[in-house]
Amino acid sequence: MPGARIEVLPNDCPAGERSLLVDTDHVFAAATFLRDDLQLRLDYCSNVSGVDWPDAEITTKTKVKKIVDGVEKEVEEVKKTVRPGFLEVVYHLYSMELKHGPVVLRQRTANRAEEVPAVSLTPLWRGCEFQEREVYDLYGIRLGGHPDLRRILMWDEFKGFPMRRDYVSPDDFEYEPTPHDEVLELAKKHYPPEAKA
Amino acid sequence: MIDEGLRSELQKQGVYTTTLEELYNWGRANSVWPLTFGLACCAIEMMAASMARFDLARFGAEVFRPSPRQADLMIVAGTVTKKMAPLVVRLFNQMPEPKYVIAMGACAISGGPFKQGYNVLKGIDRYIPVDVAIPGCPPRPEALIHAIMTLQEKILNQKLTGPDRPRHLNADVPGEFPVPAYGEHDLEPSSNPGVWQPPAIKR
Repeated sequence: MPGARIEVLPNDCPAGERSLLVDTDHVFAAATFLRDDLQLRLDYCSNVSGVDWPDAEITTKTKVKKIVDGVEKEVEEVKKTVRPGFLEVVYHLYSMELKHGPVVLRQRTANRAEEVPAVSLTPLWRGCEFQEREVYDLYGIRLGGHPDLRRILMWDEFKGFPMRRDYVSPDDFEYEPTPHDEVLELAKKHYPPEAKA
Repeated sequence: MIDEGLRSELQKQGVYTTTLEELYNWGRANSVWPLTFGLACCAIEMMAASMARFDLARFGAEVFRPSPRQADLMIVAGTVTKKMAPLVVRLFNQMPEPKYVIAMGACAISGGPFKQGYNVLKGIDRYIPVDVAIPGCPPRPEALIHAIMTLQEKILNQKLTGPDRPRHLNADVPGEFPVPAYGEHDLEPSSNPGVWQPPAIKR
């Protein structure tokens, strides 16, 4: 696949399960290869997930040698960079024929805009159809090539994508006798404590 | 009305007296047919209640009808999502009077653990009149049986005439409940004020 950006992402967890990140232009070709290659034969897509990565500030500390008051010293420099947010679709692939797996395949969108495009893998694995609809419904990733991309859990008239980190649910708080945590905050906002006489 | 003492005296002699109201209510109370209709895990308890171990048939309520046209009782067993709520109200409208509702479990009463969620209705009593509410998550089959017994008691005490006669005998009271529409974030309207009012806050 010429021009494909393929990356193996490490995983810090004890299982250390790594995943394959492919850019959206080539993910379909890569997935076709994973399915059809005789050594791999990943013929079963067990799970499709969406992940929302909001904008993140990354601080990196680097030691730089500098001359301070005529003496060379090592000074730590703190660099702050903003990593723009993106949305991710994760596929867990298994091989029923060769009994191995899972292979984790990821694709990332360019940004977190509404209806941001990505590529559907339903033409390769029919089992993805409903799960990709769910990803579209809750994250708002427009998966191009999907045969029937509609909302599946929320109703058609619904606005917004509730699983995004910045989703604000409608403010329909109602009185609760024993509020706590987040609900307590809401309760304070809606029913301010009466001024003590 | 016949005197209770005279009535039991007559019964000892083999003469049975009754009123139309009593006969009517007795018949209705002992043949409450629920609608086959489950929404979540509470439905599993409802099925258990109708099976041999708990045997709902002892109370005449074992005939789960697959059509709302033949049902008298709607057991709202489980979480009512905002997507499902209009369909529940429509099913209730399709049931012939006299009809009753049991809200089974914390979710059907108030939204339960999902109350603060964006997609769950905070209690089915917002749209349809609930006769008996069973708390629990999920309630035991015994609790459902108790709810049916409570409902039977309620039916037996209903008056056929007078100002507090039930809905199906009162032409002035609407028998149909408006079905909410899907809005952009919530159902519209978010409750039926004729059935439900927000609780008054006690400080």
